[in-house]
Amino acid sequence: MSTISTTQTIPDSALDKPRTGTWDGGNEPFKASYGKLMMWFFLLSDAFTFAAFLTTYGLIRHRYAAFDEKIHGAFKFSTDYWPVPDKVFNAFPGLHGMDVPLGFVALMTMILIFSSVTMVLAVEAGHRMDKADVQKWLLWTILFGATFLSSQAWEWSHFIGGHEEPTIMADGTRFFGANLTMNQYGPVLFADLFFFITGFHGTHVFSGVCLLVYCFIATTNGTFEKRGHYEMVEKVGLYWHFVDLVWVFVFTFFYLV
Amino acid sequence: MANHVNTAPAQVGEIPKPNTGWIWKTFFVLVGITALEFVFVFAMDPSTLRNSIFIILTIFKAFFIVAEFMHLKHETKGLIWSIMIPMALLIWLLVALVTEGNAIGAAVDNIVT
Repeated sequence: MSTISTTQTIPDSALDKPRTGTWDGGNEPFKASYGKLMMWFFLLSDAFTFAAFLTTYGLIRHRYAAFDEKIHGAFKFSTDYWPVPDKVFNAFPGLHGMDVPLGFVALMTMILIFSSVTMVLAVEAGHRMDKADVQKWLLWTILFGATFLSSQAWEWSHFIGGHEEPTIMADGTRFFGANLTMNQYGPVLFADLFFFITGFHGTHVFSGVCLLVYCFIATTNGTFEKRGHYEMVEKVGLYWHFVDLVWVFVFTFFYLV
Repeated sequence: MANHVNTAPAQVGEIPKPNTGWIWKTFFVLVGITALEFVFVFAMDPSTLRNSIFIILTIFKAFFIVAEFMHLKHETKGLIWSIMIPMALLIWLLVALVTEGNAIGAAVDNIVT
C-alpha cells in the first residue's frame, strides 16, 4: 500500500497558490460584516424563543373554550372561558372609568413603530457620517423607548391592580386584578402568559434602551467618528427593529385575535 | 435600491443630504396596516376569518419591518435564505401545538369530538 503517494496527484504548480474561493476565508460571502451577521443569527435564535412563547399562548388558549355569546350570555370575567382582550385592556391613563377598548395598546404600538422610524433615521445619518444627526435621532429613539417602557409599567400596574368591579371567584370570594396564581380576568394561565410574554418583550426593550444610551455616549465622544463608521449604530438598530417586530406579533396574538 | 447604497465615506467636513423618503413611506404603510387592523377588530365579530385577516396583515407588517427597516431585502440571497428557511419551521410548530391545545381542552373537559 505504501506505493500510493497522495501528494504526487497534486501538480506542484498548484501547491503554492492561495485558495481564494468564496468560502475559503478572508471574504465576506454574505457581504455583511462579522458583527452584523452574528446579530442576525442572534435575532434568529431570539425569534425562536418568542415564537415558542406565542405558540404556547396559542396552545393554552385553545385548551380553553372561546367566549360565545350564545352559550355564555353577556360577557363577564369567568374562568370558564378565555377572556376577550378588548374587555380586559380597556383602560386609558387619565380617563378613569371610561371604556376605551385597546386604546392604550394602540398608542403603545404607535410609539414603538415611531421609535423604529427614528432608529432607521439614525442609521441613515450614520451612513452619511453626520454625527449631529445620529445624536439627534438616537435621542429621539431613547425617548420613545423609555416612553414605551413607562406605558408598559402603567399597563402592568393596572392589570395587577384590577378593574373597578371585582370578579366573584369559584370559592365565592371577591377578587381584583391579577397575580401569578389568581386573576379576575379568566383562567390562571391568562395572567401568567401576559406577565411572561409582555415581560420578556419589555426586558428586550429595556436592553435596547441601554444599548442606545451606550451608542449615544460613544457617538457624542466621537468613538464611531474616529473608527470611520457607525456600524455599531446599525447593529443596535437591527436589534431595535427586531424588538418592534416582536411587538407587532405580540400585539396581534395577545390583543387582537 | 439606489437610496440604500450611499455608504461611501463622505469627504471630511462635507455631509451629504439625508435621503429619508423611503423611511417615511414604510412608516405610513405600517401605520396604515395597524389602522386597518383596528377597523377589523371593531367592525367584525371574532371568527376564524377575522383571525386569518389579522395574521395576514401582521405578516405584511413584519415583511416591511424586516425588508426595509432591517434592510434584509437588500442583503445577499444567501443571507436572506439563512434567515427565512429556519423561520419556516415555526409554521409547523404553531399548527401542531394549536391542534394539540384543542385536544387537551377536549380531554380535560371530557368533550367527545
